[in-house]
Amino acid sequence: MESTTAAPGSVARLFPDELETPPLSLRQLTWRRFKRHKMAIFGMISLILLGFYSFGGMLLFSEADANFVDTKLILQAPTAKHFFGTDTIGRDILARTIYGGQISIIIGLTAMLVETIIGVVIGALAGYYGGLIDSLLMRFTETVLTIPQIFLLLVMAKYFGGSIPEFELFGRTFSGSVIVIILIIGFTSWPYLARIVRAEFLSLKENEFILAAKAIGTPTSQIIFRHILPNSAAPIIVSATLGVANAITLEAYISFLGLGVRPPTPTWGNMLERAYNYIESAYWLWLFPGLLIALIVLSINFVGDGLRDALDPRSRAI
Amino acid sequence: MNQANRTLVRVENLRKYFPIRRGIIIERQVGAVRAVDGVSFTIERGETLGLVGESGCGKTTVGRTILGLYPATQGQVYIDGQPVFGAKSRDMLVIRRKAQMIFQDPYASLNPRWTVDAIVSEPLRVHQLIKDPKMRSERVVELLNLVGLSGRLVNRFPHEFSGGQRQRIGIARALASDPLFVVCDEPISALDVSIQAQVVNLMEDLQDKFNLTYLFIAHDLSMVRHICDRVAVMYLGVIVELASRNELYENPLHPYTRALLSAVPIPDPKKDRHRSRVILRGDVPSPISPPSGCRFHPRCPIAKEHCARLVPDWREISPNHWVACHEA
Amino acid sequence: MNTLLQVRELTTRFHTPEGTVFAVNGVSFDLGEGETLAVVGESGCGKSVTMLSIMGLIPKPPGEIPKGEALYIKRDLLKLSDAEMQHIRGKEIAMIFQDPMTSLNPVLSIGRQITESLRTHLGIDQKAANQRAVELLEQVGISEAARRLADFPHQFSGGMRQRVMIAMALACVPNLLIADEPTTALDVTIQAQIIELVIQLREQLGMAMIWITHDLGVVAGLAERVTVMYAGYIVEEASVDDLYDDPRHPYTLALLAALPRVDLRRERRLKSIPGAPPSLLVEPKGCPFAPRCEYVREICRKENPVLTPVAARHKIACWVDINSGDLR
Repeated sequence: MESTTAAPGSVARLFPDELETPPLSLRQLTWRRFKRHKMAIFGMISLILLGFYSFGGMLLFSEADANFVDTKLILQAPTAKHFFGTDTIGRDILARTIYGGQISIIIGLTAMLVETIIGVVIGALAGYYGGLIDSLLMRFTETVLTIPQIFLLLVMAKYFGGSIPEFELFGRTFSGSVIVIILIIGFTSWPYLARIVRAEFLSLKENEFILAAKAIGTPTSQIIFRHILPNSAAPIIVSATLGVANAITLEAYISFLGLGVRPPTPTWGNMLERAYNYIESAYWLWLFPGLLIALIVLSINFVGDGLRDALDPRSRAI
Repeated sequence: MNQANRTLVRVENLRKYFPIRRGIIIERQVGAVRAVDGVSFTIERGETLGLVGESGCGKTTVGRTILGLYPATQGQVYIDGQPVFGAKSRDMLVIRRKAQMIFQDPYASLNPRWTVDAIVSEPLRVHQLIKDPKMRSERVVELLNLVGLSGRLVNRFPHEFSGGQRQRIGIARALASDPLFVVCDEPISALDVSIQAQVVNLMEDLQDKFNLTYLFIAHDLSMVRHICDRVAVMYLGVIVELASRNELYENPLHPYTRALLSAVPIPDPKKDRHRSRVILRGDVPSPISPPSGCRFHPRCPIAKEHCARLVPDWREISPNHWVACHEA
Repeated sequence: MNTLLQVRELTTRFHTPEGTVFAVNGVSFDLGEGETLAVVGESGCGKSVTMLSIMGLIPKPPGEIPKGEALYIKRDLLKLSDAEMQHIRGKEIAMIFQDPMTSLNPVLSIGRQITESLRTHLGIDQKAANQRAVELLEQVGISEAARRLADFPHQFSGGMRQRVMIAMALACVPNLLIADEPTTALDVTIQAQIIELVIQLREQLGMAMIWITHDLGVVAGLAERVTVMYAGYIVEEASVDDLYDDPRHPYTLALLAALPRVDLRRERRLKSIPGAPPSLLVEPKGCPFAPRCEYVREICRKENPVLTPVAARHKIACWVDINSGDLR
């Protein structure tokens, strides 16, 4: 049996099996905690199904099907041929929900990206530097927060709604308003995340490993992005997840009010707009897109709740 | 080697105050925590200087300020001849390569999201000492072996290791840039007794091998006696006594040193029963408004009237034995 | 001396998602009235869990006490209901912990917390309880006690908070005080104050004490008898003089050899114990110290030695006689 009195040049060896290998890695632990939330699992499955529906549905219906106008079949209730019925100008609603879903989901994801990047950068700088930079950034953040988001969105949508022309992507035509909506949702949703990130940075920067990095001489940018940021991933992930739901809901709001995504691009939200006058007479106009919106938002919220608990640092094995 | 060359670290009149701010809309400074209030000493190459004191005495602040992690309120520190405060960032980077730190808390001083490889190689990357990633990884394995850890552990995360092992990782990281000087801020306090001995032995081996100079900050007086060449005792932001190891422990002159030493438990029941203890009354006063004159006078068993009025001089009572006390 | 507490084969396990933690594995010891027993060991050895099990403070689930008894004046504490234990806790057996900041309720005044205990257990009215509380605070050396009754925990320093904890624990003059590392987090001079206080109170009140610590120095000054624990087992039990003069278990020997001394010149390197304590997730087989033991034999790995006497009131759990090197 070895002792550890080492002569210079030799090595003090520990036994190879001494390493405390925990039975589970951090990732496995997190997954296991996530699994405990039945609703979170339900949400995850339902999101996967909705994904298949919107993106896989492309295989069953072409975009032309979604836009095909058959004036003889205006406002038909659901039938075997048109599962979800037809809308005010005779288009198949099922096909439209498939393509509309794509746009709604894409808007949700992309707006979340915009909001996350802005929120993280502002929150990180404010939290790390403190002092004057923090004050300025936070006053700005709070100003944006005090203006009701819907109001801001509506005003921006009205003025900038048509400013980007139609464009083509992957052989399909999209209304420029999609980009506008993504941007304005992103530009108005970031304050919540900025505050969270700032709080994380304020507390994390006091940690000893940050002091150690400074003692090594690590430049500030690396400290912020490589040291602190990975450790604040948990609330950012949760916020981003819920941000997708929020973005989808917001898109539905402003589209419903007629200021959202412009034709010909369908979204679940602007399908609801058309339905306003037919609430009682043609329920199928609003029921299906409405249900889909509700389902996706609910599922994302369940997943977000599950993630929040699973990523809770207090139960992390340290 | 001439005299000046032998000194690796010189600390001159170092002061570090932390401002206390109050105010709702506009914050104003209403006072300051005088954590370090006029500290001077030198450390020779290859030496281990111990810095001891109880909580609130400022020893950790001294360690961090010396490395420039806190900006000094006053005073200057020279590491290998270079001034720390006011250094340009390029010079500062050189200082950071030569002077490293080992931290107290093995659980907090390693980034929980980084692998061991990333942690230990950070100095190599930051100082661009090894540009080739493959060679860097080899150097990391070398460093881990030096501290008694297997190279197979490079892709693990800190939480998979015990406290003693994490401390070894921290030591490997500190050695990565081939430093001359290492500030050890209570490196073993958080470890079990049997692991403390392992880590201390390792630190001594590394010192011999690489001719390192240590500033060993601790509150465990027994361990300090074991590994330090000279020891400085701090109280409330100032050094009250400084002497070579055996001189300080066998012939303590300052009443605080005497009280401190008599309070340390001795693992020998017969000896412990027959000790004469100096039990201090009261608690350590706040570093926000330290007592006038000699800071220790409110708790000092031999305080006289002038001790409350006059700040004692820092005097060399016997060769290389310095004390700040009117009555020594 | 009458026996106050008799613990036999106490076994405690925890069922966690990672597996079963074998925290305490068949611990047996006696405690006489008015006797001070120290329980020494490093982290994870089971010293705290043993006492928490006796006090009924282990949550079950995930905890489980499948075996054992703890006879306190003829009643088996392990078999009592929580309601019955509540009558004993605080009144006949009191416990103090390491961190007084978390043991004291930060939003209640000290006076309220002390008198609550008094009124629950002694049934006296508020006025009498307040008077008694003031007496207690004075007894533990808190000046201006009457005024400080209204203060909150954060207004006391660490040492004073621990004194308050002691006051609360001794309020009902218990037969037994269990102290779980009460001075570990305190400065050494404050620790000396607290230990002096405890010794004084012990003389005045004559209670028995179980003092849990990892500090072999504190034990030497405080205990009458000592048990050394490792990986959930008691490996040695002796009077305090015998333990330091004539340690018989390899682990005790190794622990003592790993300690630096504040009162002696350094002679040689500290002898560290190679390796690390075993994982408590593995069901123990053979002697838990075997992988790290200098004196290990074949049988040590196969069978766990039982605690047996080697001399008057001196027991060890070991197959080997370290003096001769042979099997016992």
